Amino acid sequence: MTSDGMSLRERLEGIRTSGLAAFTAAVDEEALESARVRYLGRSGELSAAMASLGGVPAEDRPAAGRLANEVKRELEAALEDRLSKVAVAEVASGASLDLSLPGRRTWVGGTHPVTQVIDEICEIFGELGFSRAAGPEIETDWYNFTALNIPLDHPAADMHDTFYLDDGVLLRTHTSPVQARIMMDGEPPIRILAPGLCYRRDAWDASHAPAFEQVEGLAVDEGIDFVEFRAAIAFFVRRFFGSGVKTRFRASYFPFTEPSAEVDVSCILCNASGCSACKGTGWVEIMGSGMVHPAVFEAVGLDAERYTGYAFGMGPARIAMLRYRIPDIRLLYEADAAFLEQFV
Amino acid sequence: MEISVAWLRAVAPTIADDGEELGHRLSLQAVPVDKIELIGGELQDVVVGRVLRAEKHPNADRLTLCQVDAGGEPFEVVCGAPNVIEGASYPFIGPGGALPGGFVIERRKIRGVVSNGMLCSEQELGIGRDSAGILHLEDGPAPGTPIAEVLGLPDTRLTLDLTPNRVDLACHLGVARELAPAGVADISLPSLGASWDPEWVAGEDSAGTSGVTVRIDDPDRCFRYLAAVVRGVQVGPSPEWLQSRLRAVGARPINNVVDATNYVLLEANQPLHAFDLERLDGPEIRVRAAASGESLTTLDGESHELDSESTVIADASHPVALAGVMGGAESEVTAETSDVLVECAWFDAGHTRRTAERAGISTDASYRFERGIDEGGMAEALRRCVELILAAAGGEAERAAIRVGRPEAPAVEVGLRVARVRRVLGLRLSAEQIIGLLEPLGFGFEEEPAEGPETELLVRVPSWRGDVTREADLLEEVARRYGYDRFPDETRSFRPTTVPDDPVWFRRDRISRLLTACGFLEARGLPMVDAARAREDRVPLLHPLSATEAVLRTDLVPQLIDRLQHNFSRGRRAVRLFEIGTVFSKASAETEASDVRDAYREEVRVGLVMTGARQPDHWSSAGEDTDMWDLLGVTEQVAGLLPGVEIRPGHPVDAVPGFGFGGWLSDDRTAMFDGSEIIGAAGRVRGDAVDGPPWAGVVFAAEFRLSAVGVDTEPRYQELPTYPSTSRDLALSVPSDTPAAMVEAVIRSAGPAELVSVRPFDVYEGEASGEESRSIAWRLVFRAADRTLTDAEVETGVESIVTKLREELDVRVRKS
Repeated sequence: MTSDGMSLRERLEGIRTSGLAAFTAAVDEEALESARVRYLGRSGELSAAMASLGGVPAEDRPAAGRLANEVKRELEAALEDRLSKVAVAEVASGASLDLSLPGRRTWVGGTHPVTQVIDEICEIFGELGFSRAAGPEIETDWYNFTALNIPLDHPAADMHDTFYLDDGVLLRTHTSPVQARIMMDGEPPIRILAPGLCYRRDAWDASHAPAFEQVEGLAVDEGIDFVEFRAAIAFFVRRFFGSGVKTRFRASYFPFTEPSAEVDVSCILCNASGCSACKGTGWVEIMGSGMVHPAVFEAVGLDAERYTGYAFGMGPARIAMLRYRIPDIRLLYEADAAFLEQFV
Repeated sequence: MEISVAWLRAVAPTIADDGEELGHRLSLQAVPVDKIELIGGELQDVVVGRVLRAEKHPNADRLTLCQVDAGGEPFEVVCGAPNVIEGASYPFIGPGGALPGGFVIERRKIRGVVSNGMLCSEQELGIGRDSAGILHLEDGPAPGTPIAEVLGLPDTRLTLDLTPNRVDLACHLGVARELAPAGVADISLPSLGASWDPEWVAGEDSAGTSGVTVRIDDPDRCFRYLAAVVRGVQVGPSPEWLQSRLRAVGARPINNVVDATNYVLLEANQPLHAFDLERLDGPEIRVRAAASGESLTTLDGESHELDSESTVIADASHPVALAGVMGGAESEVTAETSDVLVECAWFDAGHTRRTAERAGISTDASYRFERGIDEGGMAEALRRCVELILAAAGGEAERAAIRVGRPEAPAVEVGLRVARVRRVLGLRLSAEQIIGLLEPLGFGFEEEPAEGPETELLVRVPSWRGDVTREADLLEEVARRYGYDRFPDETRSFRPTTVPDDPVWFRRDRISRLLTACGFLEARGLPMVDAARAREDRVPLLHPLSATEAVLRTDLVPQLIDRLQHNFSRGRRAVRLFEIGTVFSKASAETEASDVRDAYREEVRVGLVMTGARQPDHWSSAGEDTDMWDLLGVTEQVAGLLPGVEIRPGHPVDAVPGFGFGGWLSDDRTAMFDGSEIIGAAGRVRGDAVDGPPWAGVVFAAEFRLSAVGVDTEPRYQELPTYPSTSRDLALSVPSDTPAAMVEAVIRSAGPAELVSVRPFDVYEGEASGEESRSIAWRLVFRAADRTLTDAEVETGVESIVTKLREELDVRVRKS
């Protein structure tokens, strides 16, 4: 290697060292600009060094050129980095307040994630003309079972492992008794939602609790048919889960609806490709539903020939768990502020 | 309920779809399918191995050294199973072969002897649950035959989650009717290899038929009892095909007679039971209520004390079976049995349920009787069972078969109006289309039904569909057979509801908005609590899950305090929680109970708790803790939302009926009134009511009724002022026992109409203000709606206030 080549290399290394030091030492934009002009400017030190490349023997020229480019890139990166830091520091000190310190906040409250789901369900069905009803949580077995076409001695009653308070008095096992109460009190057209707690003797685990929220829905009028029922549910699913989500109706059995249907939506977690939430099926069950059974109309004294209707029930806690990816139902009822704050 | 697809195909050979597709269809149109499993799909390396020689392993007591013929040179194999027998055949896998799941069997030394392969259990093959021993193959299949061929594999197992109405799907015949392309027309039950052509002897009593007397003592408990006698059976293991069928659906093969009854149960849903005829006293069969004092040991070895709630099958002297539930151990079919009596009965659902509940057992038989069996299929079921016993266990069946009880009822007929299909389902189907949907399921129709929307079809319901009793049931059949997902996507016009929103929701929304704006997080609690957390008039659950959830909550705050403690335990010091929820209590005794529910009260309440830093920590100051004034402020704002509600500081609330304030509230508290009724209270929580860490702050809480609050009003716009206001500050020396609110009331009453605001802005209780009094500085704001007030007007107003304060309260303006 020639002495000229050596000297250019040394010169480049020197520019690298002193240039980096100059950028680091610059405390404001002005100082940084003069350092830029000195090292990276059109007639700065690096340009001058590169201009002397022509004097380097041909065999050393590529290596020297690479080094020059490397030094240039390094200096440019250092300049940019320093520039952003100097800018922030100037803004902060220039305003005489260090605005990089955190601001003063206030406590911000929020409703429970399950409440948020309930409210959204009510809002969407509100657009379909539904109002919000309420009913007692302590019920008689007549409203909870008999009026809903569930004979007390029938295996269908096994589906409800019931908390009794006394002979014939129980904690409602579903929000469906509100259906019976509303139909006995009012005249169609009826379109109501009844959100509320219901109770079943399930021990606590990650997906079960001895009480849970349910949103009941009931529409009764002349001329309501299965087609309208499907359309209403599909409208809800599109509004709640998004237009990309598909709805599927499966045959099922509830004593108080006929035809009965379970409603599935394509799994929002895995985009229907199969995951643990949908047990690999791509579908998640969100509600039980169907056309109101004529026996229910008969029990509450409405003309089963004249009126038809549909009813549904869904679990907002389950839906909240699905939507917000909450792995354990117990988290919903612990009232841990760190949990609740995530949904504000 | 587990269903084998291979078995379905044996029942309806036209079923061609794969298991996945069948399961999918069933779940859409009939009942949920929990699992679809391929069984025996990876058995290419497993063959029949016959054990030519079996002797004890030289170095191990529990191991056997076997020579296995698998169709070529015999293999030397070490076997650990307790049930290996010389001369018998088992599934065998040679060195280098792989078990399902990919586990490769290598040649390896076991206790000093090289083992060249493995004899397998059904669990190892992934076809059953039995892992106690290797799978004994009946009928001596040729060594080397692929095991899949012998066991009728691969197969698909569907696990159905049956709904209570579709018990007819608890058997292969039922599922095949649902899935075969032409339904019932495709059903063709496989021949069982023997035939029996009975001669039915019917009547009230079968005295002496086939040498047995059968009598139904209580016709409410048992509607019909069929029986057949097979003599000279050889009880032993069932043929391999039969065992495979049972194993495929998770049933355990027992012996050829019991397996025959189980086969027919799973084929056609009819529970059957075989008695050892020689063990029946008489021989006689009586269906009757058990007498108290009687007892019976069932097949599972459990002994049951009986009473008249239970229905039994008895012989001439004592009970021999729990009717519709389980047979007795004494008359069980065993290897020594030679003559059997096969029972095919129809027991009442309610009595079967009670008998099963009394005994604390639920069986495949009781499950079906409780939901209803196929009354019309009983004779055929008994015939197939006897034929299968004859084929599998030999012997000879008595020609005379017994039938006592109710004769077969004619088919139930249900009308279905074509117009109703359109009205309820919204489908314009013709009578012909409707028949096309229902006929494959076994529903019968008249020869030539009239066409047109006025047509009413008279539908004959098949005997296995006891769930179909009215038109609505047929509408469901039409809808699901049509396919829920084939319905048109049309929208209908609708009329909005006549039912107004329940006011509780409106109030909830408003309170919830206010409290969240005040920084409160909403908690949702479940109402079951420990009795210690509730008042005396609490409502206990009859069968609670645990002592900590034994009663219904009577108040919200105690539970919210528990939730605070949970937050403390997570190291969280600043917490604001609220809940809007129901509380429960027993109604007071004097309430007249016209309805059983009137013995209970429930109401919606709002509860809130707050503690710790007033605002999130900030570097600029030390920050202050929440205090009484924060709580009072929130309470005032809440009261402002509730029409007619006002707060009265310091009012005693310990003994307010319906509230448990005594359990947590300190003397620093204010009551909330609606008219003269106390509807809630707010205050500092007593230290002894909170179990918090030493670093926890003072806790404040409030609880009030939401459901009792009066009429809701919309806000009403008030004109905004156009003229400027004038303010005057008044520093007053107020006696210590005079509440500030009283001073404010006098100021307001003495002031002119132009006095629009009275607010204290400083309170000083230092020594300088004197021992008997304190200093409260007030800011009074005067404003007229129609003019700018002059100084003189304001001064006059202030003077009359000062005068009245002195006269009425002995409150004077402080001299500076």
